[in-house]
Amino acid sequence: MTSGLDITGLCKSFGGIIVANNIDFTLRPGDRKALIGPNGAGKTTFANLITGFLAPSAGTLHLDGRNIINLKEAKRVKAGIAKTFQITTLFKRMSVRENIRLAILEREGKSFRWFAKDNGYSDIEEEIEQLLEQFSLQSSAADEVHELAYGRQRLVEMALTLALKPRILILDEPSAGVPASDSHIITDAIERLPEDLSVLIIEHDMNLVFKVARKIVVLVNGAILTEGTPGEIAGNQQVRDLYLGARHEH
Amino acid sequence: MDTAIRQNRPRHGLLTFRRLYLDLALIGAGIAAFFLFPDSLGFLTRVLIMIIMVLSLDLVLGYAGIATLGHAALFGSGAYAAGLFAVNFSADPLLGLAVGAVAGAVIAFVSGLILLRAQSLTLLMLSIAVAQILQEIASKERAITGGSDGLLGISMEPIFGIYAFDFVGQTGYWYALTVLTAVFVLLKIIVASPFGLAARGIHESAERMRAIGTPVYWRLVAIYTLAGGVAGIGGALSAQVTELVSLDALGFSLSAEALIMLILGGLGRLYGAIFGTVIFMTIHHLAASVDPFNWLFVIGALVLIVVYFLPEGFIGLPARARKLMRWSP
Amino acid sequence: MPAISGILIDGVSYGMILFMISVGLSVTMGLMRIINLAHGGFALLGGAAAHWLTTIAGFGFVISTILAVASVMIIAMVLERSLYTRIYRFTELQQVLATIGITFLMIASVNLLLGSTILPIRVPELLSRPIDLGFRTLPTHRLMVVIAGLLTAAALYYLLERTWFGVRLRAAVDNRNMAASLGINTVKIYAITFSLGAGLAAFGGILGAELLPIDAYYPLRYMVLFLVVVAVGGMGSIAGSFFAAIALGIIDTAARYIVPEYGTIFFFVAMMLVLTLRPNGMLGRT
Repeated sequence: MTSGLDITGLCKSFGGIIVANNIDFTLRPGDRKALIGPNGAGKTTFANLITGFLAPSAGTLHLDGRNIINLKEAKRVKAGIAKTFQITTLFKRMSVRENIRLAILEREGKSFRWFAKDNGYSDIEEEIEQLLEQFSLQSSAADEVHELAYGRQRLVEMALTLALKPRILILDEPSAGVPASDSHIITDAIERLPEDLSVLIIEHDMNLVFKVARKIVVLVNGAILTEGTPGEIAGNQQVRDLYLGARHEH
Repeated sequence: MDTAIRQNRPRHGLLTFRRLYLDLALIGAGIAAFFLFPDSLGFLTRVLIMIIMVLSLDLVLGYAGIATLGHAALFGSGAYAAGLFAVNFSADPLLGLAVGAVAGAVIAFVSGLILLRAQSLTLLMLSIAVAQILQEIASKERAITGGSDGLLGISMEPIFGIYAFDFVGQTGYWYALTVLTAVFVLLKIIVASPFGLAARGIHESAERMRAIGTPVYWRLVAIYTLAGGVAGIGGALSAQVTELVSLDALGFSLSAEALIMLILGGLGRLYGAIFGTVIFMTIHHLAASVDPFNWLFVIGALVLIVVYFLPEGFIGLPARARKLMRWSP
Repeated sequence: MPAISGILIDGVSYGMILFMISVGLSVTMGLMRIINLAHGGFALLGGAAAHWLTTIAGFGFVISTILAVASVMIIAMVLERSLYTRIYRFTELQQVLATIGITFLMIASVNLLLGSTILPIRVPELLSRPIDLGFRTLPTHRLMVVIAGLLTAAALYYLLERTWFGVRLRAAVDNRNMAASLGINTVKIYAITFSLGAGLAAFGGILGAELLPIDAYYPLRYMVLFLVVVAVGGMGSIAGSFFAAIALGIIDTAARYIVPEYGTIFFFVAMMLVLTLRPNGMLGRT
């Protein structure tokens, strides 16, 4: 049995437009893969196919050898696949602590308890404090999320997703909307993620990609163009022409 | 950074402590009202019953964010169930309350399965339709429900076999106050539970709740069913205390008025339901006794003022005043 | 057999009334993306004005209708510019409440000026006479309603498909921001559309007064009916409103004839079925 995520022949089309074209993809424990590609290449679609937000037209999806193609989104979360969002959809009028608490309660299967106090589980409260510390969010713990700067909201987003204890973590544009001066916060946080976690990063910011990714997958028109180490990708003429070159012209 | 955490914890503790005082003060006010207005016990009891209904709506709308215009369906189901139970089976009040609660919960569960898949206008329309269908059934099944004459002939036994309902409504008042207090305490516990937190989470971002693995639809059904039980208790109380169930218990006006009361008070805090109901019903009581038609001017203007200028309701006033004081030099 | 044709004629004329009143609501709800519970209030204001003009001021029916519709359009324009511009930015719940508040004020105003009794509109004697169509006779009034409804539908079709205004309106319904960025003056489009919708409601209210009698509580009593047409037809869809209104008119009338005990239940169950299967209405966009 292989551990990690194995995808073969994944296809998706919307009314004749092909957005995922026969994608083969693997993600092993400890991987740090980045998915890059021009706008409209189908990166977010691909992520949504993995999380179950979208249903594929064809293909197989295995987690630790188990076929998960028929699992709904919520079930896939329980199975260990979690994703952050491109645009933050946090619980804006709840405190940072409450945001993380919600995720842990759900993970622990305690979110349907009616007569316990929501902050009454000392092990959960302890875990919240650890996560706050890991993402340097202690000083904002009691603030409502909408009061935080965008970069810090991204951290909350990551802390909340990590609170689900996923084995596969998908970061959808973790630096979107974060000012360049703060992007090191995001890089640091990614570097401090647990070593055995499998991480897939979808990102526009090449600096960030080259800093944290160990493998880079290039997606063009819904299909994988090539995969390689950052060094290989940087030296790949096709990628430079198709993607990096086009970006540099701006 | 550690200091920030320490600063927050006592603030939280103080808050709960202050809240406890507020709760005691509210119960005290409920007791005092009995002695201050002995001639208006009928009206005061109606206020208490309506608070239960609006608390239930707050659970649905204020906490879980489900906008409905058919909450009377749940209240009325409880009222008719308790009334019919009293007429046909047993006139024991507490058993009747349980029957009302179950009826409200069952109707909420069944209708919730359909309603809670929908959103915005469709949800509003479906919720209205459920209440209208129930009202039509109650109106047409005259032989059972009394139709437009209302369900008559309810006569309750003494509570616990000891406290008989009296003509002035003293027993009714204490009964309603006790039931309201119990419901309020129960709801306070539930909204502070993991379940309550998850309800707020769905309100804030259903998408994110799905992403952390919550079965959002079934949670909403659960909350709606709970609220149905609470509204059913309110309906049952009204049937028992007034010894009458009329078609209005399922009417659109009741749903709309409950919504207005909640908005007047403020959403998602339970206290708003209490203050909003008291404010609305007191103004209604006073204005309607002067001129039943121009009363709509008052309530129309009140609603517009709150929506345009006090989006948090009257319960947001102290915070607003404090903010103003802080900003002024 | 006469029963079936009777149901059809009554159902269709009832549906035409529903269409005329609801179509403005559908377009404004589709365009402005708001829930407007006050729409029936414009039908009330139109009916009340027509009542005053025909019975108290003594004008003729046609003149009164024109004057009533025109004044409702002006009132609607003023309301749109003053209250509704803020409502557009409200949450759904606030929209429900604000427009209920406006409805209450309309009811209270009519009640203060004209009382709470039914406000009859004096129609020319010609309309209250039956008309012989050869195969059967029917009230002239019904015929007029059907003709007016068809003319309204045709005029709206022409307005939307063939005119400068229609192109812009459709663009704004499809994508408000895009329309604005193309230089379309959406503020003006909103105001004109709102006022037009209110005028149609007033027109429908006046013509339909025989089926849906006008009194101060009219907007509350029929609010649900108008909203059902919009929800079933699909917000923003004129064809949807038309077919939904006719279908609901016929279903409601047929149910009243055939199962008088459970007429209204039938109506609401039909609506729930449609909305459960098609949450965006019959012709709504998904």
